[in-house]
Amino acid sequence: MSRGMATTATPTDLEPGVLPPGTAALREEVRAFLAARDFTPRCDSWLTGADPAFSRALGERGWLGMTLPPEYGGHGRSPLDRFVVIEELLAAGAPVAAHWIADRQMGPSILANGTGEQRRRFLPAIARGECFFAIGMSEPDSGSDLASVRTRAERAEGGWRLHGTKVWTSGAHLAHAILVLARSAPQGGDRHAGLSQFIVTLPAEGVTVRPIRGLSGDHHFNEVVLDGVLVPDGMVLGRIGDGWRQVTAELAYERSGPERLLSTFLLVRLLRERAADPAARRAVGRLTARLWALRQASLAVAGALARGRAPDVQAALVKDLGTRFEREVIEVVREHTPGVEPDAASPDPLARALAEAVVQAPGFTLRGGTNEILRGIVARGLGVR
Amino acid sequence: MDLLDETAHEICAAADPWPALVAAGLTGIGVAEEAGGSGGDLADAAAVLRIAAYHAAPVPLAETAWLAGMLLAGAGLPFPGGALTAAVAEPSPSAGAAAGSRRVPYARSAERLVVLEEGRVSVYDLAAVEITPGANLAGEPRDDVALASARPEATAPTEITAAAFERRGALARAVQLTGAARRALDLSVRYAGEREQFGRPIGRFQAVQQQLAELAGEVTVADVAVRAAVRTPDDPVAVAAAKAAASRAAGPIAAIAHQVHGAIGVTEEHSLRRATLRLWSWREEFGGEAAWAGVLGEMDADPWTLVTGITGD
Repeated sequence: MSRGMATTATPTDLEPGVLPPGTAALREEVRAFLAARDFTPRCDSWLTGADPAFSRALGERGWLGMTLPPEYGGHGRSPLDRFVVIEELLAAGAPVAAHWIADRQMGPSILANGTGEQRRRFLPAIARGECFFAIGMSEPDSGSDLASVRTRAERAEGGWRLHGTKVWTSGAHLAHAILVLARSAPQGGDRHAGLSQFIVTLPAEGVTVRPIRGLSGDHHFNEVVLDGVLVPDGMVLGRIGDGWRQVTAELAYERSGPERLLSTFLLVRLLRERAADPAARRAVGRLTARLWALRQASLAVAGALARGRAPDVQAALVKDLGTRFEREVIEVVREHTPGVEPDAASPDPLARALAEAVVQAPGFTLRGGTNEILRGIVARGLGVR
Repeated sequence: MDLLDETAHEICAAADPWPALVAAGLTGIGVAEEAGGSGGDLADAAAVLRIAAYHAAPVPLAETAWLAGMLLAGAGLPFPGGALTAAVAEPSPSAGAAAGSRRVPYARSAERLVVLEEGRVSVYDLAAVEITPGANLAGEPRDDVALASARPEATAPTEITAAAFERRGALARAVQLTGAARRALDLSVRYAGEREQFGRPIGRFQAVQQQLAELAGEVTVADVAVRAAVRTPDDPVAVAAAKAAASRAAGPIAAIAHQVHGAIGVTEEHSLRRATLRLWSWREEFGGEAAWAGVLGEMDADPWTLVTGITGD
């Protein structure tokens, strides 16, 4: 009995990740770059800190498109090299939002599914920090149930015309292109069939981008209305009808990265700087220990991905725990900094960071798959669902 | 599963695994062969210790190989066969001799006690010392030992500090916590698939699935953190963080496992208690999360430097 039982839970096992030699030097380079650069650190900087000039500077250093092959303007580095660079940028609260989706998802996705022409057109520009992407997935009536999207692609002369509305599209107002998931064939018995991905370059006739303002009135999300915009055949990403597989193949990359742990790390640093009593320092230690463990888990998933595995279940559970940790940080910091009121306009960096964190926090456990959906994936991995 | 894991599972699932562990050379794993151990690295030792904890095996494996083994090797003393335990001696208030130690694991059943006191390691025959029995929540022996009138069998100077010993103990208990945690998860997943209410297995209910997923998350993150720390056992940050993380996770893990099991889980017959009573005991032994968080919090370094540390670089 015991032997069989010991193996039942293996879908959730993770081997620790090992950073390759040379990453220590790379980390120091990134730290030196950040120390020399003038920017205001902020919480959740990978969604709210868009700075195209900063993105281009990263491109010049070779820190965008790191894992793409040199023939497409990339740098042929290991995903673990990229892990080190992005965790340093995130921990510093650096403004990385402009290029985030292009670098994290679109580069790998175009490399995996794109045509030669798409690769040549987009990948070098992504690596230079000159091509930003948005991804149009959610719709007014399609959130967690992504397969229910209603945006439709209709066959037209030389391409496809898209009709529909996408919402919560981060950074579409800054993006040079948007990847749209649309239904290219009527829904039949298999609801995952008949979906396709289309690259729409922006601005375009038949595309309207309107802000959806966040809790504090800030503009990161958009509504993107597609009113018959023509997508030439050459801008179909991957195969028509293969959209669901292409979307889900990227999810482990999207779900377990350091951005799922570090969105409020700036608060930990600020608490450390003013932790005057042992209880506050112990609180910093508590958060440090949790982050140390979660980062090991995130690194382990990155290592598994680098070895060609598909640790979807582990990625889902890392995101569940990581995003709840991001929120817990706010509560712990509040407990040890009485009298600080969240205020985005305050001269006090802690009051500002607290304001940024508090209004962004509800999104932590929603974006990239709600935690309830993620736990459903884990439950299926455990065999109970 | 590799051969070592398979052998360890087979042995540890039995009622009295110690003789078989000795025969298979698993009680000295992680202790160098030239010192009298079985060789192998700490990752091997951790694999065996995790499995013993998974089965709630009543054996002083951590004490023999991880603690006594470390002290003996660090003092150049030979690693004797048999069950060992180890402790830091509390100094006697009057004389220069050691007074004894409190809550020494398995003192009443081990053969020898290896004691660290002020730069010396001493080995005592446990048949010749005064023992006051005690136990942790799980019923594992945690005995008080009086050494004032005992004479050591062997003694030698050492560089090992009490802090280093505490760290090794914390790492060992962290490994054990992950074994018990895994058992609590496996039992819960199995029970949720078997127990039927409202005409279907309770694992079919989303409310239960969400709990099991959270349980799996806590188990997995604690496990990978502790595995990572085992690779750098002398890194004070890694060990402190891993023990703090494993100790913190023990509470929710035990709570969810019991919630999923319902009333049947809170009985003496049910095997869940063998896992959860250990989780609640081991999370405090060699320092709970508050103690290790305090250690990390007092370190003179930026938290991000601590998090990225030396591990893996």
